[in-house]
Amino acid sequence: MFNYLVPIMVTFIIIYGLYKKVDIFDTFIDGVKEGINTSFKLFPTIFAMVIAITILTSSNILLDISKPLNSIFKLLSFPSEILPLAIMKPISGSSSIVILNDILNKYNPDSYIGRIASVIGGSTDTTIYIMSLYFGSIGIKKTKYALIVGLIADLLCIVIAIVTINILF
Amino acid sequence: MINYIWSFFIIFGTLYSIFKGNINLSNTLLTSGSTSIDMIFSIGSIICLWLGVMNIAMKSGLLEIFANKLSILIRFLFPEIPKGDIAISYISLNIIMNMLGLGNAATPFGLKTMKELKRLNNDSDEASRSMITFLVINTASVTIIPTTVISLRVLNGSNNPNEIVSACIITTFLSVVLALIIDRLFYFLWRKRYV
Repeated sequence: MFNYLVPIMVTFIIIYGLYKKVDIFDTFIDGVKEGINTSFKLFPTIFAMVIAITILTSSNILLDISKPLNSIFKLLSFPSEILPLAIMKPISGSSSIVILNDILNKYNPDSYIGRIASVIGGSTDTTIYIMSLYFGSIGIKKTKYALIVGLIADLLCIVIAIVTINILF
Repeated sequence: MINYIWSFFIIFGTLYSIFKGNINLSNTLLTSGSTSIDMIFSIGSIICLWLGVMNIAMKSGLLEIFANKLSILIRFLFPEIPKGDIAISYISLNIIMNMLGLGNAATPFGLKTMKELKRLNNDSDEASRSMITFLVINTASVTIIPTTVISLRVLNGSNNPNEIVSACIITTFLSVVLALIIDRLFYFLWRKRYV
């Protein structure tokens, strides 16, 4: 049923637009123009992050660092392959997109690792980045308990993602 | 912060590769950029699709109907915001964009929300309860359709790119509810201690 969720939503929105006599085609095109701008603005950051992360992952430094911790992760049944994603996700959105792409490329999107990485990538957001952007934009200096709650939420999300994938697939 | 992370990745990656005698290093540096072009094409095309469709939803008034429905829930989550305040509609638009996995389209509404919340907090430089709740919702990210992830799964040859949608909805829902409970808990603990 979820396979048809996206097409049904799109069709519904178009039918509703026709019913309300919206100039459907031109309106759609206007949105696409905005989408092109957004994508182009995203490109430099993605480009910079791809280079940095490819260099880092091709050096295998992350694998070598996490090797001693592997037995601990096994005990917790935490797949250590997704560790880089889990660490970077709260810090930087563009770099976690790149890391996710790297994981999907290496392990196949339909594998256990690929699925867990996809769910983590899809259901948490960059806590630290959003916090600094949003608070910074209005000059908030005392952030109180915001960061700690955000990070606890991220951690919970990763745990829930792993449990959900284990149950569903 | 991003300055340090980025340089850290490159410096340590390069030094470790040289130390380990990885001869592909210069190839990696020169060719890795092309991956980003593939990525921007697949992410970009889905962003275009959604922004096009959302534009229709906006012009037809569907978005407004949805935002109104959402505002009942928002009033419950943000008891400090007065009824009918513009902040409520910004928050609902931000949440709707996040639901569709359009983080970049959600950000402008998020920034507007923060500005309004600061006004409601007498322009104090301290974070208000509503601001933190809003941030928690944003960072836990209520995503129904993870646009970027689906496009990356397509790019990497998944047989069923959409199969993770149900898992994402369950995860996102549980983590947002838990995050909001933790947010409330911290709010009361904090108030008890400092006020």
